[in-house]
Amino acid sequence: MAAACRLWRRPGRALLAGPGAAPRALRGLAQGPELHFGFQTVTEEERREKIYQVFESVAKKYDVMNDSMTLGIHRIWKDILIHKMNPSPGTLLLDVAGGTGDIAFRFINYVRSVRERQLQRKLKHHQNLSWQEIFESYQKDKCNSLGDSQVVVCDINREMLKVGKQKAQHLGYSEGKSCVVPCLSWVLGNAEELPFDDDKFDVYTIAFGIRNVTRIDLALQEAYRVLKPGGRFLCLEFSHVSNPVLSRLYDLYSFQVIPVLGEVIAGDWKSYQYLVESIRRFPPQEELKEMIEDAGFFKVDYENLNFGIVAIHSGFKL
Amino acid sequence: GRGREEKKVEEEEEEEEEEGWHGLYPGHIPTSPLQKALLAAGSAVMALYDPYRHDMVAVLGETTGCLALPNLRDKMKHHPEGYRILQERPRIRLSTLDMSRLRGLPDGSLGREYVRFLEDNKVSPDTRMPPKFVDDEELAYVIQRYREVHDLMHTLLGMPTNMLGEVVVKWFEAVQTGLPMCVLGAAFGPIRLSARKLQVLATELVPWAIRSGLNASCVLNVYYEQRWEQPVESLREELGILPPP
Repeated sequence: MAAACRLWRRPGRALLAGPGAAPRALRGLAQGPELHFGFQTVTEEERREKIYQVFESVAKKYDVMNDSMTLGIHRIWKDILIHKMNPSPGTLLLDVAGGTGDIAFRFINYVRSVRERQLQRKLKHHQNLSWQEIFESYQKDKCNSLGDSQVVVCDINREMLKVGKQKAQHLGYSEGKSCVVPCLSWVLGNAEELPFDDDKFDVYTIAFGIRNVTRIDLALQEAYRVLKPGGRFLCLEFSHVSNPVLSRLYDLYSFQVIPVLGEVIAGDWKSYQYLVESIRRFPPQEELKEMIEDAGFFKVDYENLNFGIVAIHSGFKL
Repeated sequence: GRGREEKKVEEEEEEEEEEGWHGLYPGHIPTSPLQKALLAAGSAVMALYDPYRHDMVAVLGETTGCLALPNLRDKMKHHPEGYRILQERPRIRLSTLDMSRLRGLPDGSLGREYVRFLEDNKVSPDTRMPPKFVDDEELAYVIQRYREVHDLMHTLLGMPTNMLGEVVVKWFEAVQTGLPMCVLGAAFGPIRLSARKLQVLATELVPWAIRSGLNASCVLNVYYEQRWEQPVESLREELGILPPP
């Protein structure tokens, strides 16, 4: 067994911080200047800079890498998030760290189909209308295909937003020039200090982004601030696998395969090494739940997906 | 970068001894045997799938060179000129080359023809990838030297940088160095060539490249930077490279 282990024991893996450091201090609660960048120890400013550079370099291959690393399963995770959100037409969504737009596009699709069903039901009840009146109601609703729903994609990284905008155009989400209110907006902003006013959004999501925020507590406070009363906070993020067998397999896959995939597909080993290290450093489910509660959210809960590889945390502003 | 120069390294009970972020040399990424195997397989596939991924060819060379590289290093160690190269570690880079001086050398000299080759084919010696996955600092230099000398191989063999020329050089290098990456490149490179070119390749160029490779002494044992004035013909003769067809 020991001999077999040598096959994947990485020579000289980067260290965790010194034994004396309290784990909580390194989890974004800014006690002292030392923070973690994966398994490295850096200052706050350095961490922000390094993370910016990581996403700058991976932006173009971000989606391809996600599909390769998770064998496409990340799509299902994101679908589950939107289903859990169950947005109705008229919802105003803020997707933070939304970069390449995966959540935003799913939101739009979901709301559109809900709206379509709404309209169909409406028509069913109005079958006594003349064909002319039906056609006119189409015109009225054409601009309203989303029922006044809107999504704002906010990301700190210009490159990621650029990729997202290109994707939107490519997939046809950029129509709406005839609409009064744009249904999809792209905003450059920092989760720790959002450029939005208080009490503005119905739902706040952050999918695979909160791990990269340097001050998670600030990001949670900002989330609370910009949500309307009654608004919902949803966080989709890699979390901790408690099952020991699965955990070892997951570690093996993460540390042995993912950086290799990063090198082969994106030509970037280090960014994906950072990725797997940052996942290990991130607070586990219960701890994140407490942090969300500390920010003022109520009815905070979490749901494990795939045995805890990923978790969806949810909370409400009352 | 800033954060990378963290010199403070503390020993953790559960971790093995630490090499710091730099590994054994700048750019070194330590890898486990499993990772090397995966990298070798992945880079081979990717290099075939997308021939413009030169970084994948480089990675393939590094991850499969564990037998050939020590061999090369020993060949260099046991040769006076090669030994000097290992000691002095010269690098062929635009910053270290005096391009204007080389351009001013007489036609037919190594320096003049090398510069002509670079300009004709619009390549630069600075585009060679630094090694990442070689776990020995000296061997990392050996593979770096091999990469930087590649353009000089083109010059000595008189081959351009198109697919055909590259394949011929790869055959020569495969015989000379024994690097699996060269062997694979030589074997699979021709896949993308037309039938006519394949014929020329098979009947004339490859046999010549193989014979030259076998006949010639180790090309890494030549201190090229001290031989810019030497005529290419004379260097070919000295090395044992047969006249091109």
